[in-house]
Amino acid sequence: MQRDTASIENNMKYIPLTEEDKRKMSEEMGITSISSLFSDIPEEILLKRKLNLPPALSEKEIVSLIKRTFKENDLTERIFLGGGAYFHFIPSTINYLLERGEIYTSYTPYQPEMSQGLLQAMFEFQSVMSDLTHADITNASMYDGASALAEAILMGERINKKGKVVLPKNLNPQYREVIETYLKPRNIEIIDIGFTEEGRIDIEKLKSILKEEVSSVVVQSPNYFGVIEDLNKLGKIIKDSGALFILSIIEALSLGIIKPPFDFGVDILAMEGQSFGMPLSFGGPYLGILQTKKEYVRQIPGRIVGETVDKNGKRCFVMTLRPREQDIRREKATSNICSNHALKALVALVYLATVGPIGFKKIAEINYKKAHYLAKRFNDEGFKLTFSGPFFNEFAVNLPFDENELREKLSLVDIYGGIPIEGYKNSFLFSVTEMNSLEDIELLMCAILEG
Amino acid sequence: MAKVVEGLYYAKTDEWAKVEGDTATVGITDYAQDQLGDIVYVEEAEVGKKVKKGEAVISIESVKTAADIHAPVSGEIIEVNKEVVDNPSIVNEDPFGKGWLFKIKMENKEDLNDLMDAKGYSEYRK
Amino acid sequence: MKLLKELSKKGSNKFFIEDFNRYDIKVELDKNLLRDEVELPDINEVTLIRHIINLSHRNYGVDNGFYPLGSCTMKYNPKISEEIARREEFLYMHPLLPEDMVQGNLKIMWELSEYLKEITGMDAFSLQPAAGAHGEYTGMRIIWEYFKDRGEERSEVIVPDSAHGTNPASSAMVGFKVIEIPSKNGIVDPEELRKVVTDKTAAFMLTNPNTLGLFERDILKISKILKEKGALLYYDGANLNALLGIVRPGDMGFDIVHLNLHKTFSTPHGGGGPGAGPVGVKDFLKDYLPYPVVEKEDERFTFKKPEKSIGRVRSFYGNFTVLLKAYIYIRLMGPEGLRKVSETAVLNANYIKEKLKKYYPPLVDTVYKHECVLSGKPYKKYGVKTFDIAKRLMDYGFHPPTVYFPHIVEEALMIEPTETETKETIDEFIDAMIKISKEAKENPKILKESPHTTEISRPDEVKAVKEMKLKW
Repeated sequence: MQRDTASIENNMKYIPLTEEDKRKMSEEMGITSISSLFSDIPEEILLKRKLNLPPALSEKEIVSLIKRTFKENDLTERIFLGGGAYFHFIPSTINYLLERGEIYTSYTPYQPEMSQGLLQAMFEFQSVMSDLTHADITNASMYDGASALAEAILMGERINKKGKVVLPKNLNPQYREVIETYLKPRNIEIIDIGFTEEGRIDIEKLKSILKEEVSSVVVQSPNYFGVIEDLNKLGKIIKDSGALFILSIIEALSLGIIKPPFDFGVDILAMEGQSFGMPLSFGGPYLGILQTKKEYVRQIPGRIVGETVDKNGKRCFVMTLRPREQDIRREKATSNICSNHALKALVALVYLATVGPIGFKKIAEINYKKAHYLAKRFNDEGFKLTFSGPFFNEFAVNLPFDENELREKLSLVDIYGGIPIEGYKNSFLFSVTEMNSLEDIELLMCAILEG
Repeated sequence: MAKVVEGLYYAKTDEWAKVEGDTATVGITDYAQDQLGDIVYVEEAEVGKKVKKGEAVISIESVKTAADIHAPVSGEIIEVNKEVVDNPSIVNEDPFGKGWLFKIKMENKEDLNDLMDAKGYSEYRK
Repeated sequence: MKLLKELSKKGSNKFFIEDFNRYDIKVELDKNLLRDEVELPDINEVTLIRHIINLSHRNYGVDNGFYPLGSCTMKYNPKISEEIARREEFLYMHPLLPEDMVQGNLKIMWELSEYLKEITGMDAFSLQPAAGAHGEYTGMRIIWEYFKDRGEERSEVIVPDSAHGTNPASSAMVGFKVIEIPSKNGIVDPEELRKVVTDKTAAFMLTNPNTLGLFERDILKISKILKEKGALLYYDGANLNALLGIVRPGDMGFDIVHLNLHKTFSTPHGGGGPGAGPVGVKDFLKDYLPYPVVEKEDERFTFKKPEKSIGRVRSFYGNFTVLLKAYIYIRLMGPEGLRKVSETAVLNANYIKEKLKKYYPPLVDTVYKHECVLSGKPYKKYGVKTFDIAKRLMDYGFHPPTVYFPHIVEEALMIEPTETETKETIDEFIDAMIKISKEAKENPKILKESPHTTEISRPDEVKAVKEMKLKW
């Protein structure tokens, strides 16, 4: 694309120096050209051509470009999709937070006097999350639920060094893959545990597996099938075996109806926080939430904010327990994590403070009820649920179509839903949230029954 | 000037060893505690654990840093100072006395030959 | 300022989502599992909004002023990127929608990969990692897989003593043993490297320019030493802001790189994140990239799984809105713009170095790149440390530079101005630093008790650890 002028201004966005400034600075530095500042780079590696990239666009032009590009998407608001990311309502308070440049253009709060806003907000996030799950410690965020779970397993291994972890076969497959990637070079053996026709971990089989010593048992609830595990029973069995109980939660809103997980004897909780006010945004950025009990505090990775006082006795907040982290411990650190998902943690905080204790419960109940309503409609029309276990807002149903047939039916009413479950012919995962209306549910059923 | 105590053996990694019979009591030197700053955490060593000379046994943390504490001699950990685990600042206050960390039953007295004496350590950490 | 818990009063929150009495379905769950109450702060929206404002007023970002944190590249974040990322469709853009419904997204990911390939001189990219350290982990994990696949036992990774802590930490997470080599005059000494490279070496991790802000001028020699033993060369891209359009890691002999989009490519730092840490590789490693990668077939874009992929390092595909913002930045700047970014970043850093070197000596007085590491050592004799200098800077209205890193410079001050500052701001910073150097000699007490003008001053970090109050 030809441009008729060099449009210097267009290429120099966000670079305030004028030619006069540069001239003055060069003079004071005693240099005649900027290229002398690169004289220590071996000549043979210098790039001797312009980067082959499209010419600079103005703000107006980039807006048009993005509009055009997104027109190539074919999205619908009427989705019944879960499988690791959930469609929830995002209150307006969240964008209010995200517009605050003082917060979103700051970085790691190394200088607490200039970062009390962020530090207090992180402390509040840690507190609110700990209250929600009855954890002793919450860190200041990880990247997502999957990598947080992998780090939880590594943490468990650091604690008891038993070299084995039990993974349920009803774990979200992507989470499984992430764990395998992280564990492969580390000599930690994976022992699989299957599930019953309820869709829940086979407790009898687990008992016999736990006759030998393992580092930890991973449970996901709700699991990949949307089924809620019997955390009460599992907690007891795992505790008796001496292994660590690692719980993974992907649909965090389920905490609105399920008891605080640490009450069941959970040792480490790795959660995905996307449901707390984060848009689906094609898979990220989301929020990893890692929590544990007091006794394991020195093994938990990530940043942690603590309360203290300043030299005048005034309450304030600082990053603390730093020797766990990479900048101090280097190869002996609990993890390599440096940048985290701080801003997303603040989003979760604002979300939870916006909906409040009653609102949170109500949203969870609506999810439960709408999902059970859809399930009932399926049953009424003769379609059986694949698994009989209790569920929150997602379930698997057997339908007499394949993936393409289902998609075609639903697209006629501009709806998308039903994730095919690998290894289960004709079984599809449907998620129903507060964002799905009664009308949409009826439309979905009509489309399925059509033809 | 950092304090150095006569009659003890010293490692290059700033641990001291007090030998009585075949037991070595181990701690960190005044220089080391000063370098660390306010000590906030002392990891509890494992009684019964076999350690090799030079191996990191526990770690000690201050606010801004952490340090590995090494076994100056090979042997078995037979006793641990619980006082410093509960009250880490004792190591800052009395590194050669109440701030001892653990006791090793020595496997081989010859290991002591590789350590420095008080004069040698003073020179080393001048 | 009160905490949310202290602002909480039962009945204050009036949030309402919708009526759901139409569903005569009750929540039925084993009573052992069913929750009664939820403990959350009970505050009204009005209170929450004011709380957010109060928090903001107590924070300082690039939008407030100069933020010269070395190696973090605190440059201005274009507001148009923020606006675009707030488009409504992100709300329902589910990652499990079929490819043909998200061709626009895949196009952006593919084009971004192409741009990053061109900028770095690499052959293939994964956009999956969520941060620089995550990218380092991914890169080292690829290296591990590569050698395992070849049946070569390579258990060691070498890093210079100036390396950022994430380098050895990432290697250790993969299970490598880390060997550190001493720098000479602030840069890697090829002879020290040669001593430790064996056929057990998997890779050498290097940042270039390094953490002192110096270009590793022996890079070609370094590359050769590793190649001779069949080891790989890893590029930590944290400092790429110095080299855009000037020299490319792929042309320097690096086999694998990671980038920090929240640094060089101007996506916001977010108070610690989220960022993104894409990993680029030369052809011989592309089969190991995490999956899925985006490929173009005719005019369609599709997800593919590389043949020997290491698997996944997180759920889904990457921090998509962060990737989009980096894409927008590259499109806004264009090739000439990106080069100007680096030229100006380097000019600004050297200007600061020249004007401050006689007050805060650098380890080596030579040409730097986009950042310079100076030292507060001369003021030790007045009882003043770099820590105190940093605190005093706050009274002058500036966020301090990075302090005490890299460890190989005593009383280090790592200053990275970036290219998005005016000459006036830079001169004001220089003036402040000079004034502080005088204060250190004439009135050290004022430094040791600073900051004086901030709401809180010198938090007790010892108390924070000893009393360990990590929640309210």
